[in-house]
Amino acid sequence: MAIEMMNQNSFNDNILEVHNLKKYYPLSKISLGKRAFVKAVDDVSFSIKKGTTMGLVGESGCGKTTVGRTILRLHDVTAGKVIFDGEDLATIPPRKLRKMRPQMQMIFQDPYSSLSPRLPIGEIIGEAVKEHKLVPKSQYRSYILKVMHDCGLQPQYFYRYPHEFSGGQRQRISIARAVALNPRFIICDEPLSALDVSIQAQIINLMKDLQEQYGYTYLFISHDLSVVEYLSDTIGVMYLGSMMEIGDKKKVFANPMHPYTKALLSAVPKSNPDEKMDRIILEGDIPSPVNPPSGCKFRTRCQYAMPVCAEKTPILKEYEDGHKTACHLYSQD
Amino acid sequence: MGFFDRFKVKKVEGVDDTMYLTLREERQITKENTKIIREFERQKNRKNVKEEEYLTQMKDPSNVVEFDNLHTYFFTEIGTVKAVNGVSFDIPQGKIVGVVGESGCGKSVTSLSLMQLVQAPQGQIVDGSIRYLDSSGKCYDIAKMPKDKMLEIRGKEISMIFQEPMTSLNPVFKIGEQMDEVVLLHVDGATPESAKARSIEMLNLVGIADVEKIYNNYPHELSGGMRQRVMIAMALACDPRLIIADEPTTALDVTIQAQILELLQNVKDKINGSIMLITHDLGVIAEMADLVVVMYAGRIIEKGTVHEIFKNPKHPYTIGLMKSKPSGDTQDDRLYSIKGQVPNPINMPDYCYFCNRCDHAMKICSEEYPELVEFSPTHMAACHLYYGKGLLEQKKGKE
Repeated sequence: MAIEMMNQNSFNDNILEVHNLKKYYPLSKISLGKRAFVKAVDDVSFSIKKGTTMGLVGESGCGKTTVGRTILRLHDVTAGKVIFDGEDLATIPPRKLRKMRPQMQMIFQDPYSSLSPRLPIGEIIGEAVKEHKLVPKSQYRSYILKVMHDCGLQPQYFYRYPHEFSGGQRQRISIARAVALNPRFIICDEPLSALDVSIQAQIINLMKDLQEQYGYTYLFISHDLSVVEYLSDTIGVMYLGSMMEIGDKKKVFANPMHPYTKALLSAVPKSNPDEKMDRIILEGDIPSPVNPPSGCKFRTRCQYAMPVCAEKTPILKEYEDGHKTACHLYSQD
Repeated sequence: MGFFDRFKVKKVEGVDDTMYLTLREERQITKENTKIIREFERQKNRKNVKEEEYLTQMKDPSNVVEFDNLHTYFFTEIGTVKAVNGVSFDIPQGKIVGVVGESGCGKSVTSLSLMQLVQAPQGQIVDGSIRYLDSSGKCYDIAKMPKDKMLEIRGKEISMIFQEPMTSLNPVFKIGEQMDEVVLLHVDGATPESAKARSIEMLNLVGIADVEKIYNNYPHELSGGMRQRVMIAMALACDPRLIIADEPTTALDVTIQAQILELLQNVKDKINGSIMLITHDLGVIAEMADLVVVMYAGRIIEKGTVHEIFKNPKHPYTIGLMKSKPSGDTQDDRLYSIKGQVPNPINMPDYCYFCNRCDHAMKICSEEYPELVEFSPTHMAACHLYYGKGLLEQKKGKE
């Protein structure tokens, strides 16, 4: 099975394939004799090509962070497959998973809480390198210093502690920590949302430079559409645990198909005072993921909702080359 | 080696340790601070102050608020932080004034000074005036106003919407109780019934569907967008002349942000008030504001109408901010970024604060602080590039 998959991978050079990923959290409440679940991620499939960036956007609570964490097995998978490098991470035994860990890393959202306040920077960056014995002891220090240099950190920071750094530099440290393991795949979970605009640009450039230099693959999770538009090659739009639209960045931004994507794109404020465009203002809030609407999950806020939307769940279908959407508006049947 | 020497931190090469103070130095600073703070607090806590002391005249009666050379300092044990350092701008009646800047640039402290809500005792308005024109035509200087008098203005004539709708509502009281309180406090002769009627009217105004239910809910039962709506309703309860919105949408999603921004626009027209909108998002400013003030490290570096700022920005910082925001047009080239970071707010230099991050920095920039240069009656920027010695130096450099 694994060999078969590997062949398939080398054929279409996908570094990561996610098939029908599900992650349910059980609730303590039991309704109608059945245990209720929060369906944080409900049947999500996508794949990422080597050396590219995939952006994952959506409102808070749509499950985009859970997708990222489930891929890395920081949470266990309820159902589905996560195929990384020919191995199914959902069922891989723990010992093997541990060996895979350096290959995939994560950069977290809040640089203030994701760095241990008790460790100096050199130790934070190098801890996992030591653990996985990636470099011999004699080269350890020079290796860490090189990584720090790559991420724009000066060598004298080696013995300093996180509280001495600003948000932007802390995020550089988080990136250095991920990069030090020489990973192939990095999940960036809103790495910019805690930073100022001028610092955001620096971090975006750093991430781009690193990708060019070392050919990393990114899964970039964010709610900031302009950043995602700038960084990604493909984009997935999530709503309430499901993928609503997925496709090539240019196609999705030029020709958004799903009504939710349209609303999301029109809600982004433009930095041009003349360009006051017609907004599609969505009514109300995102429904509860415990009890999502039947059929299409977006139908309660959709302006095009039809009777069929309540009955059938739309399936993600390709309507344009490399551009899929799940909406009844476009399906003929 | 003396006894105390062994506790000294060893000097590490290349580390700038000027920001570290010894305990003795710290104690010295604290001692001096206490003296200064006590004087300011005494001024503010006086009772039965004559009104003449804080009555002034507006420069232009069409403004609601005029900030004039405002200085708000924080006296901390590691030195004085000049959070707001000579800020002057006006908020005209019925307009939205946007204040942009990075975190720590003093935009929130400016608004808190206007509400007299600066973290006391260490935070004090040291100099300058904030002139406020109230509904009866009297003009007060809020910087000199005693605390008890301020109670009549705060929440009634000037109200505030905070950044975090999660933490700015009291979790142990129902929404209705919190809203009624505002009316009961500020409206003369308000009864619990009339307060409730007013609260319900306000909740309707901000577009909450099931008003009676929300009125009896606790804050944790509402979503972020709903809570922000409740905050806005609360701010509107007494028909304020000015609403300060301090990052009202930062904690919200884009779709909810669009709802809230539209609501703020509508509400402003309905009550014919002004809004001071504080944000770091240039997109929100472009969308909402009539006038824009760009702040950097406690000073105004550029101000003008929204068209002047976005079409013809003058200060290198403003230009840099606009360029560093990714958009559809700048896709494949490298994103412009302002190098370096915001300077340490303690012991700021007396020359241009931006000069070590600026691409156009000249000799003069590290010698004196630039004045505000006028490009049009409304558009001003503080930069050496546009006047005097700096202009000469720039010309020479080109030749």
